[in-house]
Amino acid sequence: MKEILRILEQNARATPAQIAAMVDKPVKEVQRVVKRAEKEGIILKYKAIINWPKLGKEDIWALIEVRVTPQRGVGYDAVAERIYQFPEVYSAYLVSGTYDLAILVRGKNMQAISGFVAEKLAPLEQVQSAVTHFLLKRYKESGETFHLPKEENRRLPITL
Amino acid sequence: MPNKKSTSTVAHDSPISQKVATLPPSGIRKFFDLLSSIEDVISLGIGEPDFVTPWHIREAGIYSLEKGYTMYTSNAGMPELRQELANYLELHYDVSYRPEDEILITAGSSEGLDLVLRAIINPGDEVIIPSPCYVAYPADIILAGGVPVAVHTNEENNFVAKAADIEARVTKRTKAILIGYPANPTGAIMPRKEAHAIAELAKKHDLLVISDEIYARLVYGVEHVCFPSLPGMKKRTILISGFSKSHAMTGWRIGYVAADRRFIQALTKIHQYTLLCAPVMTQMATIEALRNGESDVENMVQEYNTRRRFMVKKLNEIGLSCFEPKGAFFAFPSIKATGMNSEEFAEKLLLEEKVAVVPGIAFGSSGEGFVRCCYATSLPNIEEALRRMGRFVRKNRPRAK
Repeated sequence: MKEILRILEQNARATPAQIAAMVDKPVKEVQRVVKRAEKEGIILKYKAIINWPKLGKEDIWALIEVRVTPQRGVGYDAVAERIYQFPEVYSAYLVSGTYDLAILVRGKNMQAISGFVAEKLAPLEQVQSAVTHFLLKRYKESGETFHLPKEENRRLPITL
Repeated sequence: MPNKKSTSTVAHDSPISQKVATLPPSGIRKFFDLLSSIEDVISLGIGEPDFVTPWHIREAGIYSLEKGYTMYTSNAGMPELRQELANYLELHYDVSYRPEDEILITAGSSEGLDLVLRAIINPGDEVIIPSPCYVAYPADIILAGGVPVAVHTNEENNFVAKAADIEARVTKRTKAILIGYPANPTGAIMPRKEAHAIAELAKKHDLLVISDEIYARLVYGVEHVCFPSLPGMKKRTILISGFSKSHAMTGWRIGYVAADRRFIQALTKIHQYTLLCAPVMTQMATIEALRNGESDVENMVQEYNTRRRFMVKKLNEIGLSCFEPKGAFFAFPSIKATGMNSEEFAEKLLLEEKVAVVPGIAFGSSGEGFVRCCYATSLPNIEEALRRMGRFVRKNRPRAK
């Protein structure tokens, strides 16, 4: 199962027949494993990584450091959940160090993000402070680099 | 040379030594030129990893330059590197070599092989090699003044040189057996049983074993048998290897020889007069590779394995029967079903379908009837290449009578 998932993690569009050849298993078995992983929530979703700046269209992104007051019995989870349910929140993490939650927020423009911070995030009772860092440039995402020239073939066409 | 009425042989007239002049050029020169003239070729003819050296290793090389490490090192190589290497060999293959006098760092395993052959061969000494084998083996033996003696291997014996076949070629002049497993071009590995039989044969006839284990880390679901780890073999085995394949470091030119100190002393003599030492920044990058490169090797092996299975399955599906290669990154399918010889096949495939493979004949006469396909290239490339090869095979199938 792990090997099949690893292949899909690299290329979500790999077909059962292709995967079967790569792992040397029957196609039926690959289909069964993938179905099960989907059903059990091991595979959450299949998505594409889009290089939006290439189209000249890019949302505004911000990384927000949030300090919160944990609550008795549920710790940080309850306040984290209140925050990450907002559709503006792209990713959310509990981190160690000088703040508690690191959240990545996505918006159409700067107003959308500042609006989110001022009207939704900061007013929450448990939120002590929020420091917003706007993203200037993306270099690498989900293991893929954006700005390096791709697949330039430097090897000689034939070597022994 | 004008006005010189020579009565001597051709060799004296030529500025090139007879030995070099008569050395056959690599079998693919013509093919290489043809290949260079065609665009958009998918090449399965490359003999090096498609991975770039892992970043932390490159970074260590950059750091060494920043810090001004631009000098010679000791001939044998930096002591820290030899120490790391000794630990590595002990950990992976259960062989122990003293870093002080049983390890020599070379500029790639190619230099190592040349040094070994020059250090042990007297003119006319015979060295037994399996066929097909890596192209440099016979050439380096000849350059060192020796005589290569080929032992035929084929699909039936999984392209492993059998002790009995080797023994049949042993003469009074036989000095050594030179083997390279996992093998280029076949992808064959040396199973423990066969290795033991060759070891016994070497003891019986008092032969040296030169074991080129450059592909040792690239094995799939099987153990790699490190030749000097076999009982009683350390003192008569010369181990040659490097980091080009395991750590994707081909262009850095770094390798090593590990052997009994009498050999290392002899090799170091030649090495100090010819190369002096392997490049220092390369040595420093390799220390990093040995200290922190294990997960890179594992990831690359896993990736190669997926591609290997895919390629072998597809080759068999399109009618090019292929024995299961368990090491290196090559598949070696038979093309006999097409009725073509390996050069015809490779040339026609290149012209008609723009896919490059290496004709088996380039690796010795026993390689005829096969082509070498390297799977160190991306899966989409492999898939497309095999689709084209399938079409080629269907079109060129010999007509039934």
